[in-house]
Amino acid sequence: MTASPQALLDVTDLTIELRSGLPVVQDISLALNRGATLGLVGESGSGKTTVAMTLLGYVRPGMRVVHGQITIAGEGIDLRDEKAARRARGRLVSLVPQDPATSLNPALRIGGTIRDVLEAHTSGHANDVAVGEALDRVHLPITGEFMRRFPHQLSGGQQQRVLIACALACSPPLVVLDEPTTGLDVVTQAQILAQIDQLHSERELAMVYVSHDLAVVSQLADRIAVMYAGRIVEHGPASMVLTRPRHPYTRGLIGSSPDHVTPRQLHGIPGVAVGLGDRPTGCAFAPRCAQRVARCELELPPLEPQQDGRSVRCFEAERTPPLQFGAPLAPATPASAEPILLVRDLKAVHGTRGHTFTAAEDISFAVRRSECLALVGESGSGKSTIARVIVGLHPPAAGEVQLDGRRLAPLAKERSRDERRRCQIVFQNPYESLNPRQKVEEQVARPARLLRGFSRADARAAVTELFERVRLPTRLGEKFPSELSGGERQRVAIARALAAGPAVLICDEVTSALDVSVQAAVLDVLIELQRELELGLVFITHNLGVVATVADSVLVLTRGRICERGSVNEVLHHPSDPITQQLLAAAPRLRATAKRDALVSERA
Amino acid sequence: MRHRLRFARTRRGQFGLVIVAIVLAIALLGPFVSPHGPSQLTGAPGAPPGGGHLLGTDYLGHDVLSRVLWGGRSVISLALSATALGFALGTTIGLIAGYSRGIVDSLLMRSVDVILAFPPLLFFLIIVTSVGYSEGVLICGVAVVQAPGIARIVYSATREVSVAAYVEAAVARGETTAAILRRELLPNTLPTLIANLGLTLTYSVLLTAAVNFLGLGLQPPAANWALMISENRTILSLNPWAVVVPATLIAALTIGVNLVGDAISISLGRSETTVDARVDPAAAIMQGNLIATPQGPET
Repeated sequence: MTASPQALLDVTDLTIELRSGLPVVQDISLALNRGATLGLVGESGSGKTTVAMTLLGYVRPGMRVVHGQITIAGEGIDLRDEKAARRARGRLVSLVPQDPATSLNPALRIGGTIRDVLEAHTSGHANDVAVGEALDRVHLPITGEFMRRFPHQLSGGQQQRVLIACALACSPPLVVLDEPTTGLDVVTQAQILAQIDQLHSERELAMVYVSHDLAVVSQLADRIAVMYAGRIVEHGPASMVLTRPRHPYTRGLIGSSPDHVTPRQLHGIPGVAVGLGDRPTGCAFAPRCAQRVARCELELPPLEPQQDGRSVRCFEAERTPPLQFGAPLAPATPASAEPILLVRDLKAVHGTRGHTFTAAEDISFAVRRSECLALVGESGSGKSTIARVIVGLHPPAAGEVQLDGRRLAPLAKERSRDERRRCQIVFQNPYESLNPRQKVEEQVARPARLLRGFSRADARAAVTELFERVRLPTRLGEKFPSELSGGERQRVAIARALAAGPAVLICDEVTSALDVSVQAAVLDVLIELQRELELGLVFITHNLGVVATVADSVLVLTRGRICERGSVNEVLHHPSDPITQQLLAAAPRLRATAKRDALVSERA
Repeated sequence: MRHRLRFARTRRGQFGLVIVAIVLAIALLGPFVSPHGPSQLTGAPGAPPGGGHLLGTDYLGHDVLSRVLWGGRSVISLALSATALGFALGTTIGLIAGYSRGIVDSLLMRSVDVILAFPPLLFFLIIVTSVGYSEGVLICGVAVVQAPGIARIVYSATREVSVAAYVEAAVARGETTAAILRRELLPNTLPTLIANLGLTLTYSVLLTAAVNFLGLGLQPPAANWALMISENRTILSLNPWAVVVPATLIAALTIGVNLVGDAISISLGRSETTVDARVDPAAAIMQGNLIATPQGPET
């Protein structure tokens, strides 16, 4: 696309590589008008954060700008001179960073943090009035008491607001937001997004919103640029890109995004994203692409403008089929009416003598074979504690857990080998759930040897079979976890749990650390396993879209108590509890609103 | 194995290895090429280099070169065995205390604190005066003095690792405590442990030297670099080589071991980060990890 003369931001031909010569981002050209919002979307490793940081004139140590220019409000940003670039920050462009908890200096009070920003970018002394104005803009209290608080005395949402206040303190015309809501709860996220939207429309602010989450981006962006392996692959008006994607990767991303209003079968993108060093000469997406032709692997498709006003980097863009969402598979009929896992009046408490905190109370539920029960709630709602009680990592304060009608001992070491075998857990963080110093196959074989008494040879055969089940190439067994991607690690963790031959599988936020296309693939594996092995699944998540895709029934938790339960359909479409209603209202959905369309045509 | 030897490909690791190899060669092979015996009187005391004595003579008239060539073995064997013993002791205490929590944790770590509170040399004085001196006592003494520091390091590393999900997974499948310590915790505290190996070895050398210096350890006729420094300090102005050469060798040994230790722990630590770099170069660059090996481990 070409920059219109009044463009606020103009990026041309930006290419950044590592000092060793490996390209990180290539041929990035972007333009943004005053008051417009660009969503920069991509999965991990796509280079979106590198682009975002470069917009601030910041090139990370170890990287260098090969060529390219950035102009903001007519002023060129000198990418080779950190001192010159610094003069633009705050005045022309500012950043709202990703992680509020680590972005705020824990030793500085809130007032001091904002004062520092003001004093760094404007001449002279900043008084409390100016600090108060900055806080007021994001609807934070402007009392002296609040300004004297330290970051740890604020909630995550308030911390993020302070960062937004810092970014807006000097009224720059452009703000770069780098995944500003990723670490927040859905409800807080919805509030922050609404706030950003309001500030945006009040102040004619141009924004570059960087995120991996299409649903979030679709709330705000007029235009969307999708990045893959360091290049923009599709760029155009948001409604167009979201409803009729032309690049197969964009289509794959949308097809992988779960939705809680219209449950759909997810289609993950096969394969894994190419690493930094392995980008092919042709189209980087070709190895994962269903519509590739011989030419795709030989030459790089240009980012070609289409008639409808967008640009697509694909030779075969015309052939990209329209989006199609199949309904999810009908719930499997449970093999027996008898519950396999029964939790009754469970209560769990954290802390020691004197100072206790009830994490979960009055929790009762049952899971049958081939049934998937979702536990949904915000962080701190007690869902992970319940998982830990079930597998015997945390002793319950009251109540009981039954497996096949037999009461389980409180702790894993007091349970029989068979009881431990039949109830397995997969943890949230794939980067933490595997021992970094053991080969992957050894870790998968261990439960089979320990809990099923397999010989070394039998265990090896079991590992091979399990790798096939979770769709991992067998050769990965030889590797250490650090050599695998996040999605591969999580599949190894699932294989390890299955190696025990369980009847019940507890999945504790197993996809929340993964990219959407990887999430879709992992969910697909889980659904298939649940059906084929007749597993009872307890699926813990905060993502209602995922619930709609995998679960048969749902429990909604808040502050350690069940506030609503029912079938997925009932709960997601006719929620009766105010908490559920609030959660559903806050959950972001992929949408291209009429309002956005109007804005686009007006500015076009 | 390639994984484990990766440190030898870094400049830091190679440099350290060369230094350690030279010092070890002097200590181990020295006695075979020594012109004189270690306690053979060959000239006037405190003579500067010359007259058949390449490095002059020491305070009693021994040939300094010969004593240097003979005096490395005891330095290295004492320090190595004391360090090994100290590591075994400290690691065991730290692992058990860090994993078990509760009463066992308090008991072990408070006793560690008590030993830490003692000045090490006073501690030696008590041991040597009560049980008498022997090499075994020296080794055990140094090991006991070293163990608390190692225990503390292993303890905090273990505390950190023991909340990781793979440890929880092991608990949930009912592994024995010994298996969890050995399979899950110990390998993951290794980078921290090895980073400290150099420092501990250095400290062992210095501690044995200090003990010898005070006359609580090896007795004068024995040739030992540490002892040489202390016994020849009176003739420093007459023949400085008698002090400078053994001091340089001890310094070289400690520097070399530290370089190797650092290189190993960096390469162990890096095995996690390089691949994160492949997954998310941005994150890795943020941590400054990409500068040395941007490609990640070749597969």
